[in-house]
Amino acid sequence: MAPEPPKREEPPKKEAVAAPSAAAPSEMKRETKAETTKKEEKSVTNKITVGHVHMSGCTGCLVSLADNYGGLLKILDDYADLVYGLTLADVRHIPEMDVALVEGSVCIQDHESVEDIKTTRKKAKIVVALGACACYGNITRFARGGQHNQPQHESFVPIGDLIDVDVYIPACAPTPQMIRNVCVAAYLLLRGTEDQKTLAAKFLKPLMNAAKRGTTACFCDLMYEVINQGLCMGCGSCAAACPVRAITHEWGKPQGQRDLCIKCGACYNQCPRSWYSFDVMNEFEGILELIDGAMK
Amino acid sequence: MVLGKYKTVVSARSTDKEILEKSQDGGIVTQLFVFALENGYIDGAIVTGIGDRPWKPRPYIATTKEEILAARGTKYNISPNISWIKEATRSFGLDKVGIVGTPCQMQAIRKGQLYPIGLREVPDKIALAIGIFCMENFPYKSIQQLVEDHAGQKMQAVKKMEIGKGKFWVYTERGNVVSLPLKITHKYEQPGCHVCLDYVANLGDISTGSVGSPDGWSTVFIRTKKGEEIWNRAIAAGCFETTPIDQVKPGLELVTKLANEKITKNKKYIEERASYGVNKGLRNPYI
Ligand code: SF4
Ligand code: SF4
Ligand code: SF4
Repeated sequence: MAPEPPKREEPPKKEAVAAPSAAAPSEMKRETKAETTKKEEKSVTNKITVGHVHMSGCTGCLVSLADNYGGLLKILDDYADLVYGLTLADVRHIPEMDVALVEGSVCIQDHESVEDIKTTRKKAKIVVALGACACYGNITRFARGGQHNQPQHESFVPIGDLIDVDVYIPACAPTPQMIRNVCVAAYLLLRGTEDQKTLAAKFLKPLMNAAKRGTTACFCDLMYEVINQGLCMGCGSCAAACPVRAITHEWGKPQGQRDLCIKCGACYNQCPRSWYSFDVMNEFEGILELIDGAMK
Repeated sequence: MVLGKYKTVVSARSTDKEILEKSQDGGIVTQLFVFALENGYIDGAIVTGIGDRPWKPRPYIATTKEEILAARGTKYNISPNISWIKEATRSFGLDKVGIVGTPCQMQAIRKGQLYPIGLREVPDKIALAIGIFCMENFPYKSIQQLVEDHAGQKMQAVKKMEIGKGKFWVYTERGNVVSLPLKITHKYEQPGCHVCLDYVANLGDISTGSVGSPDGWSTVFIRTKKGEEIWNRAIAAGCFETTPIDQVKPGLELVTKLANEKITKNKKYIEERASYGVNKGLRNPYI
């Protein structure tokens, strides 16, 4: 079930160019041996292009991506070329790309940031809001300006307030495993077999719905959308998901200390009664194996 | 899919007298966790003990056989076991976590693995998830009301509670046995249970419950590869006596019947919710 695992790139060798192949010259130089030409050519050119666009965030989301360790290398080797990223790729202007992972909210007083997010929307096929600040504002909601040396920078909005966003990866910080799962799904959606595309689309749908649902988050979402709606069954996922331990269970039901809440959206999105897809969940074993296989 | 995917289903009970003694039925959960712990399949398990009041559940992380044994028996009220899942991997540093829970909690675990939004390091560390059959659950105050007001017993005097044969049973330490018709208990049920579409914990690695098997035995579904491996090893180690499910009464037929009843009833309620008001409805979480 796993996507064809491509080999690591090797330095180009002369013989490869001489070997019969339909590949374009630029792709040819990636190949190593004549006999592996076919396979490598397919896999390497099949990588998707990804950029990390840094708005007003703490870089924690990027660190989380990096916390996949070997898994990150696997992703960059086999599935994605990093074409843009402040500290990671030596590219000045936001280029065309398949997937933009946007971290941070946008300071509307910082015109460069506003231009950047608009450019990102134009250049990227899929815009992913990576982390709670990009999705919901998160801690940047609490900004009041006054910071040296741009004290007038006081208003921060989630990227969805300025552009259409395709996929949300909520939470502060988003977990390495969630980023990994979405990366694998995005790859399969763009490059997988028909079956894999269907499955990946189903997997990503709730995260696309989340992007449509809105740009605010709070413990209150659990009250409004789950508890008040008679849906809570006291599983405890929300308390486990909260990064600031704002949620405890009293008499089996979640209570939030709302002053502690940083508005990250983890509790609501983790809750099995916020959204739940039987189509996806009933296939959990196969999907976990697929992700596992993709990371091997 | 009323019974979910499974590889095998059997009727079973533990061969360990100590485990059986205070277990709800066949001691399946306790026995499996003890076996898994002693054989390195798990480093610990999130189980349900008693909290600061009699019969008030308190999830905790058990890392010894004694701690697992201390959690025997069904509590019949809400225990937020998943609230410990990140503590288990992060604070307790467990790499292979066992967890027991209701079908909805198995759904929570699997959502947490596929969509680990706030569950850092959890997805790859779920080593054994055991689901318990569940028709409905109760808030603590409901159980208190049933036991004290309807059955007329003190909470601290209760030895065992049970739902079976169409009744809610209360057994006390001093030998009182009171049964209440389920008609009485229904209104005290946890509201969230009425949108639940899973009876036999379809998403557990293994799921188990008394329904379908004779007294003192449990029906066990072995569902995933992980579940199958641990189950087979436990059988080979002599942990369980088993009987093929088609040789026991009432068997799978009753399990299927009850599952269908639950799912049909709750699907109907979900439909009713869609037009609960005037041109307005209540939310449906399922997409
Ligand atoms: S995660 Fe959802 S269903 Fe579970 S306890 Fe929290 S609010 Fe209730
Ligand atoms: S309660 Fe916790 S998890 Fe929920 S939005 Fe607030 S900070 Fe995030
Ligand atoms: S009936 Fe469903 S929602 Fe209620 S406790 Fe059981 S499994 Fe959970």
